Amino acid sequence: MELDPLLLSRIQFAFVVSWHILFPAFTVGLASYIAVLEGLYFKTNNSVYLRLSKFWIKVFAVSFGMGVVSGIVMSFQFGTNWSTFAYASANFMGPVLSYEVVTAFFLEATFLGVLLFGRDKVPQGAHLFAACMVAIGTFISTFWILSANSWMQTPAGVEMVDGIFYVTSWIEAIFNPSFPFRFGHMVIAAFLTTAFFVVGVSAWYLLRNKAVESAKVMMSKTLWLIVVLAPAQVIMGDLHGINTLEHQPEKVAAMEGNWETRGHVPLLLFAIPDSAQETNHFEIGIPSMASVILKHDPAGVVPGLKDWAPEDRPMVGIVFWAFRVMVAIGFLMVAVAIASLVLRWRGRLFEARWFHRLCVGMMPLGFIAVLAGWLTTETGRYPWLVQGMMRVEEGVTPALTGGVALTSLLVYIAVYAVVFAAGAFYIFKIIQSGPDRDDAPSEDIHREYRRRPARPMSAADDALDSPE
Amino acid sequence: METIDLTLIWALVIALGLFMYVLMDGFDLGVGILFPYAPDEETRDTMMNTVAPVWDGNETWLVLGGAGLLGAFPMVYSILLPALYLPVLIMLVALIFRGVAFEFRFKAKDSKWLWDISFTVGSTLAAFSQGVILGAFIQGFEVENGKYVGGMFDWVSAFSIMTGFGLVAGYALIGCAWIIMKTLGDVREWAYSIADRLLYVTILAVVIVSIWTPLMHEAIAQRWFSMPNFVYFAPVPLITAVLALAFYRAIVQRTDYLPFFCAMGLFILSYLGLAISLWPNVIQPDITLWDAASAPESQLFLLLGVLFTLPIILGYTTWTYWVFRGKVTKDSVGYH
Ligand code: HDD
Ligand code: HEM
Ligand code: HEM
Repeated sequence: MELDPLLLSRIQFAFVVSWHILFPAFTVGLASYIAVLEGLYFKTNNSVYLRLSKFWIKVFAVSFGMGVVSGIVMSFQFGTNWSTFAYASANFMGPVLSYEVVTAFFLEATFLGVLLFGRDKVPQGAHLFAACMVAIGTFISTFWILSANSWMQTPAGVEMVDGIFYVTSWIEAIFNPSFPFRFGHMVIAAFLTTAFFVVGVSAWYLLRNKAVESAKVMMSKTLWLIVVLAPAQVIMGDLHGINTLEHQPEKVAAMEGNWETRGHVPLLLFAIPDSAQETNHFEIGIPSMASVILKHDPAGVVPGLKDWAPEDRPMVGIVFWAFRVMVAIGFLMVAVAIASLVLRWRGRLFEARWFHRLCVGMMPLGFIAVLAGWLTTETGRYPWLVQGMMRVEEGVTPALTGGVALTSLLVYIAVYAVVFAAGAFYIFKIIQSGPDRDDAPSEDIHREYRRRPARPMSAADDALDSPE
Repeated sequence: METIDLTLIWALVIALGLFMYVLMDGFDLGVGILFPYAPDEETRDTMMNTVAPVWDGNETWLVLGGAGLLGAFPMVYSILLPALYLPVLIMLVALIFRGVAFEFRFKAKDSKWLWDISFTVGSTLAAFSQGVILGAFIQGFEVENGKYVGGMFDWVSAFSIMTGFGLVAGYALIGCAWIIMKTLGDVREWAYSIADRLLYVTILAVVIVSIWTPLMHEAIAQRWFSMPNFVYFAPVPLITAVLALAFYRAIVQRTDYLPFFCAMGLFILSYLGLAISLWPNVIQPDITLWDAASAPESQLFLLLGVLFTLPIILGYTTWTYWVFRGKVTKDSVGYH
């Protein structure tokens, strides 16, 4: 079989960016959480907040380091695998992606250092300020990168001359039609992912009777956040979908698994889409519901995939199922939020062990929803690289051969397996030792700590491999 | 935009970024290259501690250069990266392992040897692939209509392999000078004892490149050896020779700071020599800066952000080096 450099490049990009997004999805939320904890400590002077903040800063530092490592690979991949696209879109993508990097550095250079290592060296207010700036910085990073991605989904403010995009309006290009929705949805997604992780950790401590005081504070406050954000995400997602219907109708057709343009389209709960026969098998659905959601009218006409030539359709199966996974998790999160309200009302929030086990089980779901969401978005854009303007096969590096592309893909898989496994394992170790460890610092750790360099991951001082 | 040549400003910004990278990551990669030759584990700890607070700041210049290249000279970016696909891959992987080793080596006990290996192999491979990239860059690429049309292995040549080894030697030299500057006692003594050999190898590499490059490109030979250019450019090799001698003397006399500054000088002059050879081309043999530039609005838009952040990054860098000034010993308390 001939190795296809295009397919391999797509798999490689998806692999690397999927790893990458796991870390930002977590750090964006965590940075704000830390800022809030610092703010509470500043206001109340209650040492629980200080302990919690110190603990989460360690986790943050490791994830941030991993995010940086995987992000650097991303920025080179544009050139190595998508050089024609990079060249054609550089007038817009170049500045926007550079702004992401530049803001990230800017913050790393100034405020991250103060947040991680400056607690005893600067006044408490300055430390709080640094925490806020780091949180704001992650939003700025998100802003630029999502602007770039949204522009690829719904390009605006550019004209194409001789195969090259020229910016005609920066405002229109940066604030392109899908950007506000994608930004809102992604920021809430990051918050929810982090919130469920935090709640999961606290539930785990409660189950093991460990760090109980800190765990209760974490759990109670974070569940309030979830009560607000989980429903908000469902609403935001709905708005996002209606916007997508306007600009990328074929993507929505694939998400709904809808082949014919018609009214009374059912909301499919289960189906196996079959692209060859242009139909679905084993459909189970709620009649007219998709029309109601998308058009607010049971008779509303929803576009079907057959309106597009087969080579212009996204891959229905992936889009359809990824979308369902995300939405299912969205509703599960709402259910957890409701359960927490009921338990709180009955005063059993800290006693109900089944609920704590459920919370531990929910920990990875935010990450899975984020990946499923991006899979929907990105495969739903296929075969376009820039919707309606540039196709995927036009963007790939012409000189790239299948063998070389396969080599790089395998190398990244091997490297990421080692590096991120070590990182994830280390985060697990930090969580295992818990927030209250600071109460009894061992002499040994303190001496070691002083000799360590002041760099993001070194903010965490737990041993990597020695037993507890 | 008639009055200000944004392309020229961008060329300077990127040249500065790249040079900052080569100089600064150069010495910390050099420390990694010398790692396995150190007499004992304690020396290695000290060596690593001399670069630990600054290495990742040094690496930011690489990312900044890469991003700036995409924004300001997209044609260069989209020719270089495909043409150098494999060496870039090797460099990235090497830098990842090395970066992770920095963090985990200090926290590991049983698995320390593993991070030792990944630190030194990562450093050496990163340096080597950068040297290969440099060599391939000097050689030039097969381009049609602004796209790279050569093969995936065109970068492999006797010349690029030679520049690969040359850069490893050069980084090792400046790394050695750094260790001399930052340490005391046995560690410094060991560094002195290997410095002269590193100097010979580096100078040899510089000489070979200086002879080979004009032989490869007729235009570059013209540039250097026609009158009156020959006279104008003569100081470049002359000062290089003087710096090499000064370095040698500084080692013999056991001075602390001079070797590092001489090594820095050697890098500056080599860079200058390269710039003289290539100017105004960014892709050999015939694509100039202005051919490869992005739209002026895009260059301007990005320049605003960079002009705002660059001074802050430079200031912060200076501050970090100031905070971590002075000698590092094996139990430098407070060194963090
Ligand atoms: C600025 C651009 C950009 C950004 C921010 C993202 N992507 Fe993307 N993505 C691309 C630009 C892109 C691309 C280069 O344009 C690809 C390669 C082929 C394609 O269709 O689009 C792509 C493909 C691609 C694919 C494979 C689709 C296929 O089958 O062709 C997946 C699964 C993702 N991406 C996932 C993600 C995730 C998880 C992201 C979150 C960080 C993400 N993308 C952000
Ligand atoms: C194609 C897509 C992407 C590219 C090329 C990219 C590139 C990068 C690079 C180079 C870095 C490291 C900067 C540094 O050294 O500090 C980085 C970090 C970061 N990225 Fe991305 N990125 C991409 C997608 C995303 C997306 C979709 C988001 C947000 C939702 C995001 C959010 C962040 C954040 C917040 C950081 C800061 C580090 C961290 O928190 O881990 N990135 N990215
Ligand atoms: C019922 C709830 C939800 C609905 C209706 C919904 C809707 C959508 C839609 C329509 C898209 C694709 C938009 C496009 O490509 O144009 C999307 C993307 C996405 N979703 Fe959701 N979503 C829901 C819940 C969630 C949850 C709970 C998370 C994560 C915690 C999440 C994370 C994402 C992400 C990361 C993307 C990709 C980025 C983007 O396009 O915004 N979603 N969502």
